[in-house]
Amino acid sequence: MNRASLIFAVLLAVLVPLSLLAGRVWIAPADFGPGNTLLILAELRLPRAVLAITIGAGLGAAGAAMQGYLRNPLADPGLFGIAPMAALGAVASFWFSAAIPPAWAPWSLPLMALAGAGLGMALLALIAGRTSSDAAGGAGGGIALFTLAGLMLASLAGALTALAITLAPNPFALSEIVMWLNGALTDRSWREVAIAAPLTAAGIAVLALAARSLDALTLGEEAARSMGIEPRRLLALLVVGIGLTVGAGVAVAGIIGFVGLVVPHLVRPFTNRLPSSLILPSALAGACLVLAADSVVRVLPLVTELRLGIALSLIGAPFFGWLLLRMRQGRL
Amino acid sequence: MLAADNLALMRGGREVVTGLSAALKPGTITAIVGPNGAGKSSLLLGLAGLLAPASGSVTLDGEILARLHPRVRAQSIGYLPQAPDIAWDVAVEALVALGRLPWRDRGTAAIEAALVALDLEPLRHRPVSQLSGGERARVLLARVLAGEPRWILADEPLAALDLAHQLSLIAHLKACARPENGAAQGVVVVLHDLGLAMNHADRVLVMKDGHLIADGPPNIALAPQVIAQGWGVRARWLGDPGAQALIVGEEPEQADGG
Repeated sequence: MNRASLIFAVLLAVLVPLSLLAGRVWIAPADFGPGNTLLILAELRLPRAVLAITIGAGLGAAGAAMQGYLRNPLADPGLFGIAPMAALGAVASFWFSAAIPPAWAPWSLPLMALAGAGLGMALLALIAGRTSSDAAGGAGGGIALFTLAGLMLASLAGALTALAITLAPNPFALSEIVMWLNGALTDRSWREVAIAAPLTAAGIAVLALAARSLDALTLGEEAARSMGIEPRRLLALLVVGIGLTVGAGVAVAGIIGFVGLVVPHLVRPFTNRLPSSLILPSALAGACLVLAADSVVRVLPLVTELRLGIALSLIGAPFFGWLLLRMRQGRL
Repeated sequence: MLAADNLALMRGGREVVTGLSAALKPGTITAIVGPNGAGKSSLLLGLAGLLAPASGSVTLDGEILARLHPRVRAQSIGYLPQAPDIAWDVAVEALVALGRLPWRDRGTAAIEAALVALDLEPLRHRPVSQLSGGERARVLLARVLAGEPRWILADEPLAALDLAHQLSLIAHLKACARPENGAAQGVVVVLHDLGLAMNHADRVLVMKDGHLIADGPPNIALAPQVIAQGWGVRARWLGDPGAQALIVGEEPEQADGG
């Protein structure tokens, strides 16, 4: 465990109890006891906190891996098109809600979202097989071509999602879809935790396996291959790792942007800047960020709760602009 | 022995190296030269096992390179790409340590040795963005040396350096090929500057259009008639062996050859 991991682990340990106490109903530490307080904690706030940690950790780790893979500090896990594919799957579940037996209803959205993410991963793997064999034959392309393929997938999924929304069967479904797309953690239960946590943990473990290979990419694709890195294996690890973390996140919370982009930048100054040193601390820092943001939106005195996805984009977009300015000054 | 046997390489659907055979020995510096587009960098990639042969083969001590596990190959052959951009602003020491990736160990002793060999100890904590061009070239070579390869294949390692830094990097490469103690490494460099090849290489491979047009000690492989054939210019060498300079000009044929 490096210094950055320690810093963000401590921060997370401080944030968790604070987040449990914060909400519409403030809980003073002295109030711990039987009755409503315990119920609120165990059935509302604890699963929500665990879910925030899970999703933040997944997005943070995915962002660190993605920036390492693309050798670009402005890369985001969304670039692979997996999140839009998962969202497409989720939106499709609103369409089929009438056809799904009631017993299955609570599971249909997350499962369809995971299916969308899985389809996205399969398509990427198909494209990847092509691009990496081209690269070995010296045709070039490689990572750049693959990224463009991911963007293509993202815009296709986005267009299909928009189509599904405009053709929504009824106004109620429409508003439900739009609300859901702006990610949130409101009213989540242990069921969502049971779906997302194991998948996210597996995804982070897969990304950790890719860590040293990502380091090798620091000097470019050819240098990495000369150090024994197999591009196809690295790409497979990355697609699976990002598919699991991002797919699981979208399945239970909708689209939450900018975490994957922003978090590695917060972590980088505390590390040696190689991708391998970023993945675990970025998972911890992502957990801190999402947990803190979700606690804040919960206590804001608004008529309806501010959606977490909107809140993070409101913070993330200006931060992205600031990054661009810093890059122009050559300080990144 | 690193040997190409009737090697053909394809890049972007085009044959860039054709029927090329050459057996390289450790303990020597081999320079690959040729006009632009001759296939020098492709040949180097092929010898490094990074570009699979379209036909023919590359062998390392008799074993077909393409059949070696990538990590085993990487432990034997170090490859230095031409002027790579370094994606992350890491410290010198961390960058050099990347050279241990093929071994999957910490390799502290090898990293230290590489830092010492290239006079980088005072710079070990400096971020790579704050290095001069010469320091950067040394750091990149140190990364290769940290992997303790038996072969060092470098694509134009001297291209962006001034005279003094060129000489110092050549001295480091010579130390690899002819070490005071330890095993001699094989050094293969793609060079643009024929003078550097003439004065410092033990053997020169001259390429044109994917073929070898000359192969031998520099004074033979870089004879004026070879330069005329390869580059289409008249040229002659001036100066003493080890410090010769190429004079290029449109002189009459009979004045050639010195």
